[in-house]
Amino acid sequence: MNEDFLQVGPYRFQSRLLVGTARFANYQLMLESVQESGTELVTVAIRRVDLAASKDFGVLDVLGGQYTLLPNTAGCFTARDAVFTAQLAREALETDLIKLEVIADDQTLLPDSEQLLIAARELVADGFVVMAYSNDDPVLCRKLQDIGCAAVMPLGSPIGSGMGIRNPYNFQIIREFLEVPMILDAGVGTASDAVLAMELGCDAVLLNTAISGAKDPVAMARAFRLAVESGRAAYLAGRIPRRLYAEASSPIVGMLPSLEES
Amino acid sequence: MNIQVNGQQQQFPNESNLKVTDLLAGFELKEQRGIAVAINDRIIPKSQWPQTQLADGDIIEIIRATQGG
Repeated sequence: MNEDFLQVGPYRFQSRLLVGTARFANYQLMLESVQESGTELVTVAIRRVDLAASKDFGVLDVLGGQYTLLPNTAGCFTARDAVFTAQLAREALETDLIKLEVIADDQTLLPDSEQLLIAARELVADGFVVMAYSNDDPVLCRKLQDIGCAAVMPLGSPIGSGMGIRNPYNFQIIREFLEVPMILDAGVGTASDAVLAMELGCDAVLLNTAISGAKDPVAMARAFRLAVESGRAAYLAGRIPRRLYAEASSPIVGMLPSLEES
Repeated sequence: MNIQVNGQQQQFPNESNLKVTDLLAGFELKEQRGIAVAINDRIIPKSQWPQTQLADGDIIEIIRATQGG
């Protein structure tokens, strides 16, 4: 049994990849991708029931049981809306897990730090296991931890942008600040972004569009499974320090003398 | 009486004595797992659905989990 697991509050996961379920062409492709990614924790949104549509095959029927569902508060602009959405999610899905998102505007989808802190405080007090989607601001991340969030999820770059980690140095600082899991959330474009995140000390990576928007989502899901495993292994193994000049890897002793020019 | 469900106005007979469970049954949601209901921004726990009565002017939200990132 693998002893290296991800611990979020009382929950324990072998996989360090969290996968979003949105924007797949169909349920089948979503299921195959989620399966291939090796994830145990998938995100879902909370929305009004479409009263006119068929009531079959809700995402709960498709994914529930097999995976732990992580409801989000995506689309909420205020702490009040986010708290209400979290409470609805808890009632609907019978889970205390919540991916807390409070965004500032539609163009950037960046977190509204002020509202985020207010919502996080309320939800922690209400007994939620809060995983907070955060700016890559070390001070904000530390505040979220101090409030009692079970995980802090700094963004690499804006949601869906595929720009990777725009400020890896902040991630290094955040790593030093946090004892709760640091999970990269948003901005991942391809496998190397996930490797870098794990090498920087992230405990896990959360992504959606990078898989659902890939030409071959199932193949990309596999790439991310390997990337997260690889990055984690490298982080634990400890990389060599960077140096400006070369250092020979082959031994210097026992070298043949240079041939003289004729 | 008029109530609003997920943003749509719905009409019911005044003497209908409508409970949350009746409303859900009307939308074929009675047996559905993964649903939450709020009346006027107050969440109604599942255990209270059978006895919670709806009143004229109520604003009702019925939500579920859907695909999300």
